[in-house]
Parts: sequence; C-alpha cells; structure tokens
Amino acid sequence: MIKIKNLHASIEGTEILRGINLEVKAGEIHAIMGPNGSGKSTLASVLAGRDEYEVTEGFVDFLGNDLLDMEPEDRSRDGLFLAFQYPVEIPGVSNINFLKTAINEAREKRGEEPMAAKDFLKRVKEKSKLVELDGRLANRSLNEGFSGGEKKRNEIFQMAMLDPKLSVLDETDSGLDIDALRVVANGVNQLKTKDNASIVITHYQRLLDYIVPDFVHVLYQGRIVKTGPKELALELEEKGYDWIIKDLEEVSA
Amino acid sequence: MNETVKMSTKDTFLSNFNLLDFSFDEDFSKDIRSAAKNTIEGLEFPTSKVEYWKYTRINKIIKRDYSISAPENEVEIDLSVPSKNCIVLINGFYSEELSFFESEVGVTFSSLSEAKKNSSFLKEKFNSLVKKDEIFAQINSAYHQDGAFMHVEKNVQAEEPYYILNFVDDSNILSNPRNFVFVEQGANAKVVLKTINTANAGSFTNMVSELFIEKNAHFEINKIQNEADDSFQIATEQVVQADDSTFKINTFTLNGAIVRNNLNIDSLGKNTMTYLNGLYPLKGKQHVDNHTYLLHREPNGESHELYKGILGDSSTGVFNGKVFVHREAQKTNAFQSNANIVMTDSATINSKPELEIYADDVKCSHGSTTGQLDEEALFYLRARGLSKDSARAVLLNAFASDVIEQIGVESVKEEIEQYIDDNYQGIK
Repeated sequence: MIKIKNLHASIEGTEILRGINLEVKAGEIHAIMGPNGSGKSTLASVLAGRDEYEVTEGFVDFLGNDLLDMEPEDRSRDGLFLAFQYPVEIPGVSNINFLKTAINEAREKRGEEPMAAKDFLKRVKEKSKLVELDGRLANRSLNEGFSGGEKKRNEIFQMAMLDPKLSVLDETDSGLDIDALRVVANGVNQLKTKDNASIVITHYQRLLDYIVPDFVHVLYQGRIVKTGPKELALELEEKGYDWIIKDLEEVSA
Repeated sequence: MNETVKMSTKDTFLSNFNLLDFSFDEDFSKDIRSAAKNTIEGLEFPTSKVEYWKYTRINKIIKRDYSISAPENEVEIDLSVPSKNCIVLINGFYSEELSFFESEVGVTFSSLSEAKKNSSFLKEKFNSLVKKDEIFAQINSAYHQDGAFMHVEKNVQAEEPYYILNFVDDSNILSNPRNFVFVEQGANAKVVLKTINTANAGSFTNMVSELFIEKNAHFEINKIQNEADDSFQIATEQVVQADDSTFKINTFTLNGAIVRNNLNIDSLGKNTMTYLNGLYPLKGKQHVDNHTYLLHREPNGESHELYKGILGDSSTGVFNGKVFVHREAQKTNAFQSNANIVMTDSATINSKPELEIYADDVKCSHGSTTGQLDEEALFYLRARGLSKDSARAVLLNAFASDVIEQIGVESVKEEIEQYIDDNYQGIK
C-alpha cells in the first residue's frame, strides 16, 4: 500500500522528520505514538501534501506512484485520506455539496460517470448512521459551529463517504470524551476491510483499546525508534516514553 | 489657464449630444432638460481632489470620443429571461421590436417615453430626486434617450420579476438610460436591471434611476452590471421610502473598466426596512467604486448593508458607505459591513464605512475586513479531492453566499454563482 523510505522533512529550515521508514500493507492498522513534538503530525501533513513542509530527502511509494510528486487532490483521489487533527470550519460551504463535488471529481479522474443523486443520498444516509452523525449536521455548513466531537465524527463520515484505501488519522481521539471516542473508533473498525489500511496517530493508548493495531511504532525526534505488537501501546501507557529514550541514549553512548 | 482647459473638456464631452433631437419629447420633460443644461453650465467634472471622487478618476471616461446611435444592423442578443415582461434598450434607445410584455392587472411597465405621455405621477415627480450638484446625473436629466417605467398599483402583488435589459452593441457608445419606478401602498414587485455590453470597445453608460416606494410597499431590484473590459458605467439610484416599506437593492458588478455606483436613499419614513447588498468579483484592471448614502430621518427604521468584494489580478475596489441617523430617528437599527478578499499582491481595496449618529437610542454598527483566501481551508478541501480551482471557487462562493442569498430571483442567483465558478480559475 504505502512504503516510506528515509523520509526527511523540515519547516522553515528546522528539520522535523529525520529518516522515517515505514511500510503499511493492505488489511493492516498501524499506530504511531510518541511524545509531543516528535513529528507525528508532521508525518501526517507531509503524506497529505501540505506545502509548508519541505521534503529534503526520501521517497514515498503509494500504490506504485511517487506520492511526494502528487498534488494533495490527486493523493486524495488515488485513495489517501487524512483525518485532520483540527478540522477547518468553512462557513457557507455545505457539507453535502462539497462531498458530492469531491466524490465526483475523483470519479471523473477515474473515467467514471458522476454518482447518481439517489445513490449519493443513500450513501449519505448509510454513512452518517455509521458515525451517529445527526442528519442535520450533514446538511449544515462544513464544521461550522460543530462541537469538537461532531467535527471528528464528521471527519470519519467524510472518510466513509470517500472510501479511501489508506486513512491517516491524525490525533482523531484528542479532546474526545469516551462516548465520542467509541463512536469514532467503531466507525473506523466498521470501515476496515482486507483491501484498505490505516495509520492511526495518537498520543494516548486509550484509542487503541477500541482500534486494535497490528503494529505500534514509537516516533521520537523525527525517527521511528521502536516497533512492536499491540502490547507495546500498553507498555507505553504504563511506563511512559522515558524508558525507550533511555535505551536509545545507552545505545548511542 | 487651468479653467479654460477644464471648460473645454466639458464642452467637448457635451458636444457628443449635439446631434440629439428631443423635439418629440413632452413639454414638462423638455423643461427639465433645459433646466438641467443650465445647471450643468455651473458644474465641473469632479477631480480626485473632491472627497466624493477621491479614489475614482474619471478623466478616461470624459476624454473619449463617443457616438450616440441606435445600431444600424440587426442585433444578436440573448433575450432568454425567465419573465414575460422585458424592456430592452439598445445603446440607450428603446427597442420596441425586442421588448415584450404580458399585461398584469395593476402593473404598468413601459418605456419611459411612453409613460411621459400617460403617467400623471411621473409628470409630477420626474427628476425631483436628482441632485443639483451631480454633474453626471444632471447630464442624464438633460440628455437621456429613454428607459424603463414601472408603476405598481395599490396592494398589487406582481407575480414574476420584471426585466430591464440595457444592451450596448457598438463601439464607443454613449448612452443615458433613465428609469422610473413607482410602487404604491401595499404593493410588491421585483425587478432585474441588467447592463450587458456585447461589443468590446469603449462605451460609457450613464444611468439614472428614481424609485418611489410608498407606504408598506415591498420592492427588490437586482442590478447586474456586465460592461465590456474597456467600458465605463456610472449608475445613480435615488430612492425614497415611505413608512413601513421595504426596499432591497442587490448590486452585482461583474465587468467594466471603471464602474461607479451612487446609491442614495435620502428619505426614509418610519419603521422602514432597507437592504443594500453588493458584490464585486473583479479581475483584470477593473475599477469598481460603490458609494452609498442612507439617511434615517424617522424613528424605528432598520437598515442592513452588506458589500463584498473579490479582487483578482490588478483590480481596484472602492467602498464608501455612509449611514446618517438624524436626531429624530430614535430606535434606528443600522448595520453596515464591507468585506473583501484580495487575491493578488497587485489588487487594491479602499474601504470606508461611515456612521454619523445624532440620535441617542439606536443600535448601529459598521465594520470592514480585508483578507486573503484562507489557505488552511483551501488545503482542507484539496485534501478531500477538490482541485485547486474548484476549491477556490467553492470558497469564493461561500464568501459571497450571504450576499447571493439575498437575491429573490432564482435565475440571478445561479448566474452570479456560475460567474464566480468560471472566473477565478488559475489565479496564483
């Protein structure tokens, strides 16, 4: 699905990612954890194509294409989805109309006909139920006046509508109460198939009680410094990150 | 020395009208024309030293050679309007062949020249709202060719929007369309007033409209200015609103090298409702100047003013909105807002909202914002698969949406949205 090789990226001259190596295969869920400032959100932004970040070295292969060479919209149309940590409020843009445009532009690129209005509405109904998103929210302006939990549910709703191959969830759990967290996680789990994959970026182990990862990676100072099975998350919850950092320092000493 | 130069510019400009013959006109109108000519003698074209014209230089407008003529050949124009009533002017002249009507009880909709023969209200009120110190309005009073007249009788609810189309179909055409609207007590009507330039060279449209909105009447006018790249327009509206009436004007300036709007509501009765909305999505080297003046003279009036600009390329926008609240006008609610998105480094906006309040029990606010397109929102939409161009169009339409929502005519709404979709592709 995606192969990240020796990825280096900086913002305004400061290097944030310092050689990320990661491969995610279809059917897998990878969790990326790490202390604040380790580069988790930068990784998500670089993958989605945010242009404030400059990629200085490395290569990312996404479904056989050079991801870093693609415009953000082309990444999305090819099946990459980023659930934003801070979804943007856009007054005056209807949630539904914008999704219709997004879906149909992607279909056009694949040489398909626009989705019939009836099918589209059926899908809206079905997918909004999945994340328990009030039908009225789906029809409102994009994220305008939504609570934190509603915004995150709306991200997963959009993800369900766009049906991506690879989803990157950037701290989707932060700021959510346990009920909202369950709804979001439940949505993600139901959307999982053997053909798609997810990268779940989180600061807290709590989310991984609901979305069970196949691998857990620890990101520290712009590098993946440890990879393990799902139990690694529990260990991090219990002991924090210090023991890993200490191990690292001993190795380099 | 200076004086003689200025005089000759004015005289040269006025000589454009030498060939016009108004002998057919009604006597009362001829009197108005000669009075206006006398007034013009004592006026000069404004320079940018005059505060009212500070940001809009009119030299280019007045120094061009114009002709005043109806087109000789058959014109090819699109008359597909969603209405059974449409007055068509070509180069300022009324076109009987192209105009069409289906009479509705209680609504008189005709050319102005026709109405001059028949309407006693017009005879009584014509030109009464035009300002004596406005040279362009006075020029229109002296030299207007024709225009539209609308009279909606007491309590009549006009069903569909009435259309007034001003086509300019030749190069360097000078036209002075003149409109007159009279909406009687309790009546309700909507009008679409469009200027469309189908020839692409240097014309000047100098339009004046007088509107009388009587007690408890409702009137909406959608003004669409689609001049050619190299053409000019000065449009003046003079409005009087009686007690309990509602007046709404939506001004959409889509094209034109220099477009200046003078919108004046000099008399507001008690408990009136007024909406002044404007949208100027600009590109190229367009210069668009919206001057509005609203006088709350009586208590319990409410006014909402919302002007929005999108400034692309090296365009310039000017907004100067003045709301004056007289000391008698207690319980006035007056809200004024001007917001602009500047798309490039070479576009400019001059925004001046003004409130002058002499009453002590009022709710008034004004504000002006200028910014760029929200990069974060643009990225969000692109990350969901919208191309850069459609993401930009979506955001610009969203920005304009609260003005567009004010339009009470569905086809006009669609036309403006489409215009924004089509015109901001590929701007960096």
